[in-house]
Amino acid sequence: MAYQFDWSIIWSEPYFRWLIIGLIKTIEIGLLSWIIALPLGIGIGTLRSLPNKACRAIGAIYVEFFRNIPLLVQLFFWYYAIPPLLGTRISRLPNLEWYCAIFGLGIYTASRVAEHVRSGFNSVPIGQRFAALSTGLSQFQMFRYVIIPYGFRIMIPPLTTEFLTIFKNSALAMTIGILELSGISWRINEYTFHGFEATTAAIGGYLIIGLTIIFLMGQLEKRLRVPGLMRRE
Amino acid sequence: MIMVDVSVIIENIDLLWGGLLMTFKLFIVALAGGLPLGIFLGLGRLSSRKWIYYPVSAYVHFIRNVPLLMLIFWIYFSLPILTGGLVEPFYAAVVSFIIFEATYFGEIIRAGYQSVSKGTIQAAYSTGLNYWQMARYILIPIALRRVVPSMITQSIVLFQDTSLAYVIGLHEFVRMASLIDNRVIRPLELYGFVAIVFLVICSIGSQIVKRLETKEGERK
Repeated sequence: MAYQFDWSIIWSEPYFRWLIIGLIKTIEIGLLSWIIALPLGIGIGTLRSLPNKACRAIGAIYVEFFRNIPLLVQLFFWYYAIPPLLGTRISRLPNLEWYCAIFGLGIYTASRVAEHVRSGFNSVPIGQRFAALSTGLSQFQMFRYVIIPYGFRIMIPPLTTEFLTIFKNSALAMTIGILELSGISWRINEYTFHGFEATTAAIGGYLIIGLTIIFLMGQLEKRLRVPGLMRRE
Repeated sequence: MIMVDVSVIIENIDLLWGGLLMTFKLFIVALAGGLPLGIFLGLGRLSSRKWIYYPVSAYVHFIRNVPLLMLIFWIYFSLPILTGGLVEPFYAAVVSFIIFEATYFGEIIRAGYQSVSKGTIQAAYSTGLNYWQMARYILIPIALRRVVPSMITQSIVLFQDTSLAYVIGLHEFVRMASLIDNRVIRPLELYGFVAIVFLVICSIGSQIVKRLETKEGERK
C-alpha cells in the first residue's frame, strides 16, 4: 500500500491553529526555563571558579549530578515521583506538568550553562588575575572589573548555542503531557495518520526558532565584541 | 512521611535488566554506525570540493538544529513510507541515532583533523600517497587519537540520548521503568533507581575523560 501524501493537513483547520499554539508553547517553555537556567547557571559557574574549595565542590557536584542523568528521567522524576511526596495541595495543582517541565528543564540547563561560565572565566589569562590583584584590587573587585567584563563576552557564543539547545530540549516536555510543538505533531498523527507531514511541519517550526535566535545573537555578538578578540569564522 | 520500598526494584529486576540491556544494545549499534559516518562527515566538512562541502555542511547544520525527539518521530513516520511496511521501533531508533549522532561526532573529528599540521599532510603527499591513503594512514589515526576525550564525552551524551527511544515505545530502560510504574505506582523508587544507574555509568565515563585530559595535559 503506497503512502498518500496530504500536505493540506498542515494548513487545514484545526491543525494549523494547533501547530501555532504548539509553537507558542515551545517558545514559552524555552524562555521561562531560560529565566531559571541563566542566573542559576551563572551562580554555579561562578562558585566553580572561586578559590574556596567548598564552593568549588558544591558547584562540581551540582554539575556532575544533573549532567549525568538523562533529561527525560529527570522530568519523570519531578513530575511523577516528587509531587505525591508534597501532599495533595501540590499534586492536584492544575497545570502541574507545566511547572515541572519549566523547573526541570531550567535546573538541568543551569548545569550546562555553569560549564560554559566556568570555562569562560578560565579563559581569562591567569596573568590578568595576578595583575588585577597586584594593583590592590580585592578578590571581589577583580571579579567585578576584570574577569566578568572579559569572561562574559567570551561566553556569549557558547551561551547562544545553549539558548538554542533549550528550545530543542523543550520537546521532551511532551513526555509528561504538554502539547507543545512536538506533542502537537504527535497528536495530529493520532487524528489523521499523517504523522510524516505533521512532524515535517513541526521540524520547520523548530528551524524557524533556531534561525531567529542565530540572527538575533549574531547582532548582539557584533555589538559586544572585545576589539581584536573572538571573531567567529 | 517518605517511604522508600526497594522491594519493587528487586521484584522487577529481570524486567529492568532487560530494559538496560536494550539501552546498551541501542547505544552500541548507534555508536558503531555513527562513528564511521562521523569520520566521513568530518572529511566532507573540510573538503575543498564545493559539491561535497555544501551538501555535507547543509546536512550537519540541519540535523543539529532539529530536536532529537523530532528526528526520531520523523524517521519513525518516514521509514514505513520508504519501505512500504511496518518498521520496528528499534530500527527507527537506530537509524535516527546514527543520523543524529554522526553530525556531532563529525564536528568533533573535524576539529581533530584541523589540529593535524599542514606539514604532516604535505609530508604524507610528498611520499607519494594519494588522498585516501593519506587520510587512512596519517590524518584519521592522528586526529582520532587527539579527540578521544571529546568522543567519550559525546558517547556519554549518546548513552543518555538513547532514553528518548522511549517516545516510540521501544522497551528500553526508561520505558521498562514506566511500564512497571503503571502497574505498581512506585515512581519514586523506579525513577530514582533509573536515575542512579545512569548517574553511576555516566560518572564513570566522565571520570575516565578527566583522567585522559590530565594525562594529555602532562604530555604537553
